[in-house]
Amino acid sequence: MAFSGAKRWLLLGIALAILVSYFTPQFNRYYLGVAIDVGIAIILATSLNLINGHTGQFSLGHAGFMAVGGYFSAWISLQVAGSVPAIWYFPMALTAGGLLAAGVGLLVGVPSLRLRGDYLAIVTLGFGEIIRVVAQNTDAIGAASGLKGIPKHTTLGWTFGFAAITIYAITALVNSTYGRGFIAVHDDEIAAESNGVDTTRTKVTAFVTGAFFAGIAGGLYAHHKQFLSPTGFDWLKSIDIVVMVILGGMGRTAGVIAAAILLTLMPEFLRDFSDYRMILYALLIILLMLLRPAGLFAFNIKRRKHS
Amino acid sequence: MKPGTFICSSAASLAGLIALGLSGCKSGGGDTIKVGEFASLTGKEATFGTSSHEGTLLAIEELNAAGGVLGKPLELLTEDDQTKAGEPANAVNKLISKDGVVAILGEVASSRSLEAAPICQLNKIPMISPASTNPTVTQEGDYIFRVCFTDTFQGAALANFASTVLKAKKVAVLTDVKSDYSKGLAKSFKQKFSANGGQIGSELDFNGGDKDFKGQLTAIKSDAPDAIFLPGYYNDVALICIQAKQLGMNIPIFGGDGWESESLLTIGKDAMENHYFSTHCSSDQGTPEMTKFVAAYKKRFNGKTPDAMAVLGYDSAMVLADAMKRAGSTAPAKLRDAIAATQDYSGASGTFSLNADRDAVKALVFIQIKDGKFTYNSTVNP
Amino acid sequence: MPKLFLSIQSSKLSTPNSQPTVDWFLQQTINGLGLGAIYALIALGYTMVYGVLRFINFAHSDVLMLGAFTGFYIAPRIEQIFGHQSVLGMIMVFILAAVVCACLGMLIERLAYRPLRNRPKLTVLITAIGVSLLIEFTAQHEKVFGAAPQPFPSLLKEHSIHLGNVVISSNDVLMVGVTVFLLAGMWWIVQRTRIGTAMRAVSHNQQAALLMGVPVNLIISFTFGLGSALAAVAGLLYAIKAPGIEPLMGVQPGLRAFVAAVLGGIGNLPGAVLGGVLLGLLETFAGGIPGLSNYRDAIAFGILILILLVKPAGLLGRAIVEKV
Repeated sequence: MAFSGAKRWLLLGIALAILVSYFTPQFNRYYLGVAIDVGIAIILATSLNLINGHTGQFSLGHAGFMAVGGYFSAWISLQVAGSVPAIWYFPMALTAGGLLAAGVGLLVGVPSLRLRGDYLAIVTLGFGEIIRVVAQNTDAIGAASGLKGIPKHTTLGWTFGFAAITIYAITALVNSTYGRGFIAVHDDEIAAESNGVDTTRTKVTAFVTGAFFAGIAGGLYAHHKQFLSPTGFDWLKSIDIVVMVILGGMGRTAGVIAAAILLTLMPEFLRDFSDYRMILYALLIILLMLLRPAGLFAFNIKRRKHS
Repeated sequence: MKPGTFICSSAASLAGLIALGLSGCKSGGGDTIKVGEFASLTGKEATFGTSSHEGTLLAIEELNAAGGVLGKPLELLTEDDQTKAGEPANAVNKLISKDGVVAILGEVASSRSLEAAPICQLNKIPMISPASTNPTVTQEGDYIFRVCFTDTFQGAALANFASTVLKAKKVAVLTDVKSDYSKGLAKSFKQKFSANGGQIGSELDFNGGDKDFKGQLTAIKSDAPDAIFLPGYYNDVALICIQAKQLGMNIPIFGGDGWESESLLTIGKDAMENHYFSTHCSSDQGTPEMTKFVAAYKKRFNGKTPDAMAVLGYDSAMVLADAMKRAGSTAPAKLRDAIAATQDYSGASGTFSLNADRDAVKALVFIQIKDGKFTYNSTVNP
Repeated sequence: MPKLFLSIQSSKLSTPNSQPTVDWFLQQTINGLGLGAIYALIALGYTMVYGVLRFINFAHSDVLMLGAFTGFYIAPRIEQIFGHQSVLGMIMVFILAAVVCACLGMLIERLAYRPLRNRPKLTVLITAIGVSLLIEFTAQHEKVFGAAPQPFPSLLKEHSIHLGNVVISSNDVLMVGVTVFLLAGMWWIVQRTRIGTAMRAVSHNQQAALLMGVPVNLIISFTFGLGSALAAVAGLLYAIKAPGIEPLMGVQPGLRAFVAAVLGGIGNLPGAVLGGVLLGLLETFAGGIPGLSNYRDAIAFGILILILLVKPAGLLGRAIVEKV
């Protein structure tokens, strides 16, 4: 696929998102809120897909990076709100949140990516929990009471704009020459290493990139819900994102996006069955693993042939 | 890679939303008054959410049995927020923007009330929280109310209680690090107790849901305080008191309204003897409203004894209905003014008024646990 | 180090008597052992299943919860037969709960894990998480156990042994005793019996074991049953220690015990016990230190990360070199 074409789609996507956001005041606030949730879920799932899907490293700590980005950008917003117009500082706050999350990702990734499989899963889960406990004990960001009064800046435009950038950036990265390394690591780490791929470096790159976009998603989430509490970023949140990636099919961007949409909308559809909602969710995970382990949306799309 | 992915996804999500809108199109019907409620019915704090929901449900059923309000029956629309951050916003948005409720009841936990409050304020729909005691909740705006007292009032009352009744000079504080309720109550207690000239001994934390507290208790024991202040919920409190007894500690332990539940006695048994807590009312001191509520609740929910959350859930719905009657309308702005004007309301949790900060001003009672029963000790007026 | 010595001496001088610090240390050690014994017992179950199947059975902590609830429902009936708080009655409750949970564990393995035997490990891990969530949410439903904590009956009268200022609860003694007994039992089964030999063979190389005529499916079922029975016993002990049982009671000890299993070297029986006891001690001591007790949730994971980075195979585990 030529990138010029992809770029055109990206620009078109962002233009569409901005256009749609002009009409948001007319939308029903409930549907608007859910639509923004969908956009944030797409960013989270796509970024985790880079780590868990394309690179084949199993991370269970994505909610931790989301928390870092969310808290940091919300904190920045609360410092400068009022003195600077939102259009200037909001993207910067988001980027700063993403960068800090990436920094933490580097800190976590370098040591823990030496491990693999379920060990890595548990270590990332542990790091995610440590981030939560630290947030719980930091008074500057509200500690257990949570951070409140975050200005509402997240719109449909920002969310889907960033979603488009995330999808584009990750797709471009995976399809680049360097990015073939991710897939090589996924398929066979030892073979990749013997072919001259710096596996540790590749894994850390995937981890840091994923963490960056999770941080952005966290920032969007913070300015959408206007309230953050540490308990919202526990490991069950990470599991939610992992399920999106698995449901969509590891490494299949389109499938993962579809799964993110489906899993965000499903609880809304199931509101009338709220007693059984979570039981159904758990059953879905099990049945999916038993019946369609390659992902719900893996019909006839062949896994791309790797070099 | 498919470049149209993003467009496809946008289209898909849009289609999903439209479908969502269609599936949820219930007939508007002006013959009921719709009241929204959000509560943690599943997930980690399901215990508290279920209690407050049952109280609210009982109130609505009683009101409807008595012919409804303003000649119309009330319709309670309950949304479960799964004890999950992010969910209350969706639940309340749905109740307001899709179902068109006239008021919102909820939540027990301050952190989830704080997520819903800006939305209610933005939509100008009154929200009454049954049990969120964090002072900042009602500061979100003039449409946000609560029928419980705040941490500030309760913490100060507890501090005075420790100084005067328990005659404690040095008090150890054991808080739940996960809970804003516990942290908030501890903060105001410590301020007032220090101002009273008391000394705060060791300050330690546990995680709500832990089952082993001996590490903390042993440290407290070696510090030898006169009493332990334990703001927390009954499920943890009962276990802490059991383990304190196992360690041979016989100093009084005291806490706030989170203690009130029959489970405290059934789980804690004799380990609870001679400990104290403050709460909204005591069933043995017996206002007629309370007695009536307890009997009705037991009858409705298979003999289950109501806890503090249930009482407050009941009162939140009753205050709303009372305001509707006084306003003679369910228009949100009129309803808001009527709720704000609530004075000397006799609820199941005692008689209270709402002040200018939209917080309930009500007396607080101290309960002592004696011979396996909650026994009235004293009353503190605001 | 004269300076350090001096500082210890001066701190001793500053307190009126040095007795409380010694008492404090002894008491915390006893508390830690009591907690560690339970972690160790749960970790034993994790480690056995991991040893044979090489995957983390996330549902283990929920089997623990089911064990406690089984005890909760059968204890009143057992009491009618054997009398109130009788030792025999308690043993019966333990055995029955262990049997019920062993069957449940084998059922879970048969339905959810066996169909995935040859799939990637992560698929099985996700399924295990799904099973865990399914059990928790189903148990929370008001028609099953409900979310509210239930008072667990005291199976045995509790005594306190006072040694000076140090208090030893008979419950702690029971916990340590049961754990030591079961560790010895497991060790005997794995090392000294035919079925244990088969378990080790499956653990070593499933394919080869199959070729040698070991009934692999049966052995795996058996291991699951054994692990779940251990979980049930741990659940009952946990319920005796903290008699308010609810559907999510297994989550926290489950995660900690898993960390304990990795800490000791997963797949290694004495390692699991060592890890559990270490973790119990650490958490207890941390819980008693102001400014550290609020980070208690993170301690287990902090230790885990440290261990995995320094000695990835765990304290008693053997490093395995990955071959092409």
